[in-house]
Amino acid sequence: MSSIGTGYDLSASQFSPDGRVFQVEYAQKAVENSGTAIAIRGKDGVVFGVEKLVTSKLYEKGANKRIFNVDRHVGMAVAGLLADARQVVEVARDEASSYRSSYGNPIPLKYLAERVSMYMHAHTLYSMARPFGSSVMIGTYDVDGPQLFLLEPSGISYGYFGCAIGKAQQNGKTEIEKIKMKDMSIRDLVKEVAKIIYLVHDEVKDKTFELELSWVGEQTEGRHELVPPEVFSDAEKYAKEAMEESDGSDDDEL
Amino acid sequence: MEGIMEQPFWANGPKPGSFYDFHAGHSSKTTTVMPVKHTQYPMVTGSSVIGIQFDGGVMIAADKLGSYGSLARYRNCSRILKVNNTTIMGAGGDYADFQFLRDIVEQRVIDEECLDDGFNYTPRSLFSWLTRVLYNRRSRFNPLWNTVLVGGLQDGEPFLGYVDKIGTAYQSPTAASGFGAYIALPMLREAYERNDKMSEDEAKTLLESCLRVLYYRDCRAWNKYDIAIVTHDGSRLEESKTLSTDWSTADMVSGYE
Amino acid sequence: MSLQMEQHEYGTPMQRYWSPYAMNGGTGLAVSGADFAIVASDSRLSEGFSIHSRDAPKTYQLTDTTVLSCAGFHGDILALTKYLEARLQMYEHEHNKKMSTSAIAAMLSTILYYKRFFPYYVYNIIGGIDDEGKGCIYSFDPVGSYERETYRAGGSAGSILQPLLDNQIGFKNQQGVVKTPLTLQKAVQLVKDVFISAAERDIYTGDSLVIRIITKDGVKTETFPLRRD
Repeated sequence: MSSIGTGYDLSASQFSPDGRVFQVEYAQKAVENSGTAIAIRGKDGVVFGVEKLVTSKLYEKGANKRIFNVDRHVGMAVAGLLADARQVVEVARDEASSYRSSYGNPIPLKYLAERVSMYMHAHTLYSMARPFGSSVMIGTYDVDGPQLFLLEPSGISYGYFGCAIGKAQQNGKTEIEKIKMKDMSIRDLVKEVAKIIYLVHDEVKDKTFELELSWVGEQTEGRHELVPPEVFSDAEKYAKEAMEESDGSDDDEL
Repeated sequence: MEGIMEQPFWANGPKPGSFYDFHAGHSSKTTTVMPVKHTQYPMVTGSSVIGIQFDGGVMIAADKLGSYGSLARYRNCSRILKVNNTTIMGAGGDYADFQFLRDIVEQRVIDEECLDDGFNYTPRSLFSWLTRVLYNRRSRFNPLWNTVLVGGLQDGEPFLGYVDKIGTAYQSPTAASGFGAYIALPMLREAYERNDKMSEDEAKTLLESCLRVLYYRDCRAWNKYDIAIVTHDGSRLEESKTLSTDWSTADMVSGYE
Repeated sequence: MSLQMEQHEYGTPMQRYWSPYAMNGGTGLAVSGADFAIVASDSRLSEGFSIHSRDAPKTYQLTDTTVLSCAGFHGDILALTKYLEARLQMYEHEHNKKMSTSAIAAMLSTILYYKRFFPYYVYNIIGGIDDEGKGCIYSFDPVGSYERETYRAGGSAGSILQPLLDNQIGFKNQQGVVKTPLTLQKAVQLVKDVFISAAERDIYTGDSLVIRIITKDGVKTETFPLRRD
């Protein structure tokens, strides 16, 4: 890496001569080391999916969840350093709660994204601070329809139709681009999300993983929640079958 | 004693989620100190709240009048709240204080839902918390001017609790606040002592007859009311209803038609 | 008198006054013998001319050998007993043993005195077994003054019961009396009798009586109905 040894990567408050902030770039690398998380915005809601890598058999099932509720109507899926991400979740919850207490209404996602990304950006400005080693995706469904934002360690936030973060973010994005998500319901998208997570999972490098799926949309009455067990097993079955088919076709080619 | 209890959990360090404040105590800001003002009397008030346990559940009812002194100012103030699937609460007294409490309770329920760890507020835990909030506020001479009833199912058993603005609190199968303590409570107790396993419908009819008597006799009562019910099937806040009343006995009163 | 009370001045705003205290009534009583102590209270919770609850006994078991009786403002009673329970648990964790009755009494005194200028409006009586296995009673005023006694009545009917106990247990104001030691049976019967009498005269005492009998083997509870009017 060109940054190492140059001395310009020691602080988040210093630029390199070619105009980069290396601490922020390192934070982005930290995100790329974690299991993949994706989110897709369909016509009637948003679906989140996470490939939660299980690094030890000694973990309890369901430990270290990576999909969170921020408010009744907002979900968040994260990738990167989990401890950092949890603090982002906490800040987002505080923002949502403070908005509710001030205005008596659920926080608009655009405003929440702006507030939380400002907070993340603040951690890229000072020598005493370290940027967040995590990216987060937040989604909701309200009168304005489905919305999805991705917040990155740099403090950047954009709205998306679909995004992927973590190890397989490139593969993930390519797979998402194949889907006509604008015409699809979340009931169908949840299967595609599960399929993509299974597809991008690297069986050689990472042995086991737990699939996490959640959604927020018309059929959940605007609430963000983990998908019900039946929907989950349907989606997982669909994903596994798709994997077997593609394995089969691979064999034919050989 | 309070000093001991108010010690920070972790002294001399940053609170979880925040940084050291290196400038603490060195602020050069000057502020004008204003005298602190406390609630010494209520503004818009709700009258009685009544509640009763029945076979497999609890219900709480209150009318919807918001009085401004003796003026019947607001006629559609809901004072009953569904907290979660096992818990309901209702309040009399200052309406702003009730709204303040309601907002806090609702946010706490959302926080609990966010954690999604299978734990929820139970009637007893909410009641215990409320007794501490009301008692602590009175101890700071800044009371929340309410009488609150908390109802629900605790481990499958009916629960009904009463707490007032100075922190007097107790559990009882029947409870009523304000004027209802004089008018409704004797009716509730009589019915409950005759049959402590009354059905949901019987309990509802009883509460309605209590509200009707209150409407006849309490100048701060109204004929539109709310009722919330908890049973094993969950909790619900029913649609507001209007009491049927018969004023034919008051035929000597004329001129108000 | 009623005229004066009912008179309203029109034009001036009516201001509702509030007090941080209420008197919720209730009577507590404790009696000790050679190897036992009895702590009893009624179960009525009142305010003014209303009865809040007929089933709110004011005895609190603190340890296997100590019971507390509280009467006065119920809000303070709840706060005080909750805090006492916490302190009892802290003591147990720190010292690996239960607190003795005398230690609880000393601690309660400091807790009450700490709020000397905004007191807990609570009349406390502690009954239990002391370090020598004898029955013991400690009585308190609301700001923490306390002493060990052999019997004490407190709360709303305290002043009705105390002279009765003086006469029947202390053998006061009697001539040529044989001072026989108090037996448990006699004590229990006496407690029931005096509470029946108190319920006749005091509107804040009634509904039912809860008797906690403390011996070295633990605490036994007995209940007894009182008049409910």
